[in-house]
Amino acid sequence: MRRVNKDERTRVGFTLNGRAVSGDAEPRMLLTDFLRHVIGATGTHVGCEHGVCGCCTVLIDGTAVRGCLTLAVQAEGRSVTTVEALASPDGTLNALQQAFQQHHALQCGFCTPGILMSFTDYLARNPHPTEDEIREVLSGHLCRCTGYAGIVAAVLAVSGGSPN
Amino acid sequence: MKPRRFDYVRPDSADEAVAVLAEYGDAASVLAGGQSLMAMLNLRVAEPAVLIDIARLTELDYVRIAGDQVEVGAAVTQTRLKDWPELADQLPLLAAVLPFVGHFQTRNKGTVCGSIAHADPSSEIPLSLATLGGEVVLRSQRGTRVLAASEFQRGMLTTAREPDELITAARFPILATKRVAFREVARRHGDFAIIAVAACVKGGSAVTVGIGGVADRPAVRNATINSAAAAKEMFEQLAGELEGYDDIHASARLRRDLLRRVGPVVVEEALRCAA
Repeated sequence: MRRVNKDERTRVGFTLNGRAVSGDAEPRMLLTDFLRHVIGATGTHVGCEHGVCGCCTVLIDGTAVRGCLTLAVQAEGRSVTTVEALASPDGTLNALQQAFQQHHALQCGFCTPGILMSFTDYLARNPHPTEDEIREVLSGHLCRCTGYAGIVAAVLAVSGGSPN
Repeated sequence: MKPRRFDYVRPDSADEAVAVLAEYGDAASVLAGGQSLMAMLNLRVAEPAVLIDIARLTELDYVRIAGDQVEVGAAVTQTRLKDWPELADQLPLLAAVLPFVGHFQTRNKGTVCGSIAHADPSSEIPLSLATLGGEVVLRSQRGTRVLAASEFQRGMLTTAREPDELITAARFPILATKRVAFREVARRHGDFAIIAVAACVKGGSAVTVGIGGVADRPAVRNATINSAAAAKEMFEQLAGELEGYDDIHASARLRRDLLRRVGPVVVEEALRCAA
């Protein structure tokens, strides 16, 4: 049984984008804060911090979840994937990212890391979604500047789909 | 915001979880998927001294058919049940309902039993359990008890769970017919339902109707509905009886009005389904 007292800083380790990472965290530390402040991986953004906006979406064992509704200690021993994993080491964007660029699916880009991670998981499960299915996944994210048309167009383009 | 400080305990078995609950009682909260609880911790609406994390308990991560019920363990996520290959055959109401529970991203982590434990009056899963006449399995060091959904959910975010009890499973009855329907009204797909209506035809024109989002818990009624006028009359009466409540999403009056309009449509859809 794992027990951590509230004032105790415990060693938390997991695989981040294929690489073993670890750091110290109190039980109450959120995975988002652990990634950004302890590990220094700032690609994951923090918006509402109560699970509504979707900016902080990351993959845990390949599944898209809210980083802000996950404790760092809950990620222990898991495999965490963040937006930093998408582009090649030489900086070449992956197909989904390129589609976002081509279809003007971002403006300020604050919400983009979370949306990219959601569709990374979703397209792995359903490689050829309909526009309605894309919009349903997108309902778990808020974008306050570009709007959603470009995002839907980008996901349709990369998955070979056509609009409604 | 960030949560207040708490002790974190991750038991290795349900027995250990129950022992830790016996130790801390109402100072503890049980964390499964955390899609409601973590938000409440971050907003400091909930301030437990101890968090007991049961998400990794593989012994509670099962969906199985047990007699005329489907039993869903406390670690089963909403996505896992939604993707269960037998769902449409065994629990067609849940197959209709689960796509409306939160979003893709929250269903990936949120659990079926966690939603029942949270007991939000507008939640779809407690509404389904109540409409089907299901049960909740509670375990403590004092023993195991099984409560009907109607006995378990007492009011707004309030249940009959004792502080030392762990919800280990929910049991959904398998109906003889597949004649079910579900609709909800929300500002955006996946948001809190302003109202939700479920209907099951249990044979002939015997219909069970479940209503969420209007009273402080799911309201379930059995009726014989032979005509569109009878359905309309039933919801007219229910709207008056249930009153509804005002919140940021809708007034009580709007809730009653939506119920009068949506209710008969759902009943008609269920009656139209092939047996």
